[in-house]
Formats: sequence, C-alpha cells, structure tokens
Amino acid sequence: MKKVEAIIKPFKLDAVKEGLATLGVKGLTVSEVKGFGRQHGHKEIYRGAEYHVDFVPKIKIEVVLDAKILPDVIKVISDRAFTGQIGDGKIFVLPVEEVIRIRTGEKGIEAI
Amino acid sequence: MNAGDTTFVIISAALVMLMTPGLALFYGGMVRGKNVLGTIMQSFIILGVITIEWVLWGYSMSFGPDHAGIIGGLDWIGLKGVGLEPSTSYGTTVPHLAFMIFQCMFAVITPALITGAFAERMKFSAFLIFTLLWATFVYNPICHWVWGIGGWMLKLGALDFAGGTVVHISSGIAALAAAIVIGKRKGFGSTAYIPHNVPMTITGAAILWFGWFGFNAGSALAANGLAANAFVVTHVASAAAALSWILMETIHRGKPTTLGAASGAVAGLVAITPGSGFVGPVSSIIIGGLAGVICYGGIMLKSRLGYDDSLDVVGVHCVGGTWGALATGLFASKAINPAGYDGLFFGNPMQLWIQFVAVAVTMIFSFVMTVIILKLVDLIVGLRMTEEDEEKGMDISLHNETGYTI
Repeated sequence: MKKVEAIIKPFKLDAVKEGLATLGVKGLTVSEVKGFGRQHGHKEIYRGAEYHVDFVPKIKIEVVLDAKILPDVIKVISDRAFTGQIGDGKIFVLPVEEVIRIRTGEKGIEAI
Repeated sequence: MNAGDTTFVIISAALVMLMTPGLALFYGGMVRGKNVLGTIMQSFIILGVITIEWVLWGYSMSFGPDHAGIIGGLDWIGLKGVGLEPSTSYGTTVPHLAFMIFQCMFAVITPALITGAFAERMKFSAFLIFTLLWATFVYNPICHWVWGIGGWMLKLGALDFAGGTVVHISSGIAALAAAIVIGKRKGFGSTAYIPHNVPMTITGAAILWFGWFGFNAGSALAANGLAANAFVVTHVASAAAALSWILMETIHRGKPTTLGAASGAVAGLVAITPGSGFVGPVSSIIIGGLAGVICYGGIMLKSRLGYDDSLDVVGVHCVGGTWGALATGLFASKAINPAGYDGLFFGNPMQLWIQFVAVAVTMIFSFVMTVIILKLVDLIVGLRMTEEDEEKGMDISLHNETGYTI
C-alpha cells in the first residue's frame, strides 16, 4: 500500500479528481494549503503599495492506494495537473504500514 | 413646521447613522484577520460613546448660544429647551430634536474616521478616553465655528455645506497627529499588512456611498431643490473619483483594483462634501475626478514620509477634505445656492482665500489639540497595547473573542 500526496494548482482539482475516479480510486482527502517552491510567491498591490506574498494557495490531495495502481495514479495526476507553467506542484509517494476501517475493523487493502 | 422637511431630515439622520457601521466594515476588511473585531468595535462603539456625549453636553457646546464666536454655551445641556418645536436658528422648518439627532450622527462618524490611523495597536481604554476628549475639545469647537450661529468661520464667510472642514479635515489631520504620536505598528517595513477581506471593505464603501446621500443632501435641512442638487453632485463626484483612481493605479501599477475603486469613491464623497450645496453637476465631475488623482497621490505620502497611517485616513480625508474645501472656493456659485457665495471661477477670488484660512486654522487647531490629548491619555492609561498583545491581535487580547473560527 502506498500513500500519494500531491500538491497541485487549485483550479486543477476537478480534473485530477475525475481522472482518479476512472482508475477506481474510491476515496481521497483534499485540503487547502499554502506554500512555495521555485515559484516563490507572487506580488499583490493594495492602494499602490506592493507586497510580496511568499505563500501561494495550493490544493493538497491525499490518497491511499494499492501499490499495483501507483504508476497509473502518478500518470493521471501528472497529466491532469499539468500546465507547463512554474508552480504546477509536486507528487510525493510514501509507504503505508496499515489501514483500518473504523466502522468494520477491516484491515489492509480491504480497508482502503 | 413642514412635514416634508421633517420626514426628510429624520430619514437623512438614519442614513448618516448607517455610515458609521459602514465605516466599521470599510476599515475592518483592510486590517489583518486577527484585528477585525477590534477595528470594527472602534467605530461601532463610538455610536454609543458620542451619542451620550452629544445629548449631555456636545450639542450644547456646538450649537448652543454663542460665546465670542468660539464655543456654544451650556444652556442646552442635557438637551434642555431642545424640543418638539423648531429652533429659531437651525432647520427652522423641522423639530429642533430632528436637527439635533441629524447633527449627532456627524459627531459620531468624525472620531470614528480617525481610528483608521491607529488601527491594530491602540488600547481600548485609551481609545475610549481619547475619543471622548477629542469630541469635546476638538469636534465641538470646530463645529461651532463653522455651523453655530455666531461662529467665527461662519461670520468670516467660509463655506462648508456638509462638513469638509468640520468632519474630514479635522479628523484627517488628527489622524496624522495620532499616527505620529502612537508610532508604527510592530514590524512596520518588514511585515506585509495585507487587507484580510477586501469584499468586506467594498461592502463598507457601498454603505458609505449610500449613507452619504443623507450626509450631503440632508444638510439642506429641507426637502427642496438644494437637497436634490446636493444628492446629484455627491453621486457624480463619487463616480468620477472611482474612475480617476483606477485610471491612476492602472497607469502607476498596471492594473485597476477593486480596493482602488472603493477608495476612489470614498475620496470623491469626501471632496464634494463641503461644496455639495454650492456647486453644480459639471463642477462636481471636476472636483471628483481630481479627488481621485490627488488622493491617490495622498496615500503615497506615508511611505515617503515614513508615518504609519494604517488605513490612509490622512491620504483620503485630510487631503481629499482640503481639496474639497479649496475647490468650493473655486467652483461655488450663487446660481446654485443664493445663500452662499461665488467662488474664484465665478468672479470672487476672495472666497478661495477665506476657504484657505478656514482649512489652515482647522488643521493647526486639530493637530495641536490631538497631540495634547494623546500625550495626556498616554500619561493616564498608556496608548499602546503591549507588544505581545499586538502580536496576538486585538480581537483575542482586547475583547476575548475571534472574528473567524474553522
């Protein structure tokens, strides 16, 4: 089992979500996050005064999946979140030791 | 007594009342999220403080029987003799009480305007004491000079239809004094004080624009042609200033902003206020259009001169009010209001000089008095929040609440 954490541009969320659904991903967690990478913030102007804003709004998707479909998932996210512009985001892959469905007590792949 | 006039003045009073909560939102949106309630509170609670002050002694000091052109007497203290019948001097076709409550709303919003200068750092107790002293010793005398029968500026012939000097210059220059005396916010120069909720600010600006019809048209104190003229020029000047402000920022910074449109609208409203009963619609396009340009320049002053007028009270109200008062001396016409005077462009250059004197004296008096009052309050309770409280924000450290929860 693997966990994929993808940081993407907020307006790409729907496209990524639909792409994951076609692979049979049954659930995911989404949060609004802020951060910076090479894009390194942007400037905002209020009443003529310019401010550098370090942290840019992004969406973080977290999804736990069967390692077998990992390459497909990475491909879908990479394709669907792609604009070619700086700030498209990153995908992190982590190992998952155990998954437990609270309602039934099921464990492992069954519980995903 | 005239039923139409009475209806109009009472409704105008309600419109002007709404401007203070409108100002609370206008300012509230421009501060950081941790200070939203503390900032809103500073405007909102003035409705409480100054209303009581006005009834007890403020109205009498401002409009009571004149003493040497300087101040009204205490004859009307606690509204003694201010009743259901019209006054013999003010708004003679409406109940004296209606005139009094209309003026009360002006007295309320004026100190509320100053709060933008010391936003995000003043103690609540210090703010309350300052507000009460400022209303008593700065607003009431200036109000008497300009609008009280026997007041020296009125006798001099200074024109101020709805409060350019009384409201905007007095508060705008007090804002400069306050920003200097209280000092900069923690992290000034390194922290980005980004407005946390621009839509809230736009909502506030819209409420101000709406309420301003009561402020300016209501100052005719009668449901007549002069009121209609004031209504029209108020709207036109605001429209012109919103446009010229966003034009300026497009030239200067590349893009028009909604905060700029709202700021411009308010700058136009400020500038047209003193002339709204004396100038015509075409003049108001010029007054408003230039207000957007001049006030945009005004807000650039603070970074040049290095004072922290957090929400640009000086740039909008002092600069815009001064432009409006002088513009009245340029564009006033007896064809609009036979009770007024002609301005420079209508053959009377003296009027511009009179307007200049009124502006200069108001500025000096309000600035000096504001510094004295602030120093006094600093001695009594201390002006500033502790550094730790400022860091935590006004909402939690002054009021034990937060504006937003998850």
